[in-house]
Amino acid sequence: MCSYITEKAPIFGSAKGRNGWMRVDTAVVYYDHPVHVPLDHALNIDFVDSRSKERVAVELSAASARELVRRIQAALDSGDAIHLGSGEEDPLHLARAM
Amino acid sequence: MTYRNIICDVVPFTGHNGETGEAYYARPAGPGPFPSVVLIHHVPGWNEFCIEAARKLAHHGFATICNNLYFRMGDGDPDDIGARARADGGVSDEQMLGDVSGAMAFLRAQSNSNGKVGVIGFCSGGRQTYLSACRLPNVDAAVDCWGGRVMADPAALNAKQPVAPIDYSKDLNCPLLGLFGNEDKEPSPEQVNKTEAILKDLGKNYEFHRYDGAGHAFFDWSRPSYRPEQAVDGWKKVIDFFNKNLA
Repeated sequence: MCSYITEKAPIFGSAKGRNGWMRVDTAVVYYDHPVHVPLDHALNIDFVDSRSKERVAVELSAASARELVRRIQAALDSGDAIHLGSGEEDPLHLARAM
Repeated sequence: MTYRNIICDVVPFTGHNGETGEAYYARPAGPGPFPSVVLIHHVPGWNEFCIEAARKLAHHGFATICNNLYFRMGDGDPDDIGARARADGGVSDEQMLGDVSGAMAFLRAQSNSNGKVGVIGFCSGGRQTYLSACRLPNVDAAVDCWGGRVMADPAALNAKQPVAPIDYSKDLNCPLLGLFGNEDKEPSPEQVNKTEAILKDLGKNYEFHRYDGAGHAFFDWSRPSYRPEQAVDGWKKVIDFFNKNLA
């Protein structure tokens, strides 16, 4: 496609990059030409620290990305079932409320 | 004619708004006079494929500059800088035109220039080449390699890319070569046909070549989209076209 069409999500988390662990605050998601994975098009995710501009990049086949979405949802559902009501507030929600 | 001795440097050039950027400059060794080419890199950035393409054009006698459209994004690996540019919505068409214009001025200012300058671009650079050939007054020949979004859905237009390049077609003021893969989705064969129909109606000087068995980016040896047979033929058409129009 070679377009600049992207989805951006604010996130609260950490990722391990070339210089070790770092905070990441933005996920940039796009379906376009990858740099490394041997596919013409891929679902690409950049986990970005907007202060340092560092990123951790992932390039996935479309089927892999859809499977990952399902597994993330499944993991979240089971986590909610176990930890719901623990009183831990998600910092992303707190940031939005401020 | 080919040149085994070429010279390659990273050089400063003056881009949009007088800002100084960096460019890869590959040219044949010798007194010239040489025709020149601005090579517009693709969305992934100022990377090895584009740099190597610049060297190939120099080998065939064209002083070629590949200016880094992302020089304002800071230093780093080309793919990281490309990712930053993408997250920022890419470069605006106005900024790109200013940078290409500056790169053309750099080439024409060289003592061994023959005064003629072509533009070539791949992928998004193909779209930007089409735009340059329509919007800049002094392009002598243009090569659009599978430029996507020359015809754009109005919903895809934005502040940085406010007008579809096809809407400037009446202003195309130089010969245009287009290379396309028939298995490409962006541009699709239907989009290529529509673009050609518009150019034909306007009486423009163009030649389009379509390749079976190829999709997008079939010159790019680093990707699975590479198609050696079609790429060899396509490069020959590029060289012949520039020799015809820039010599």
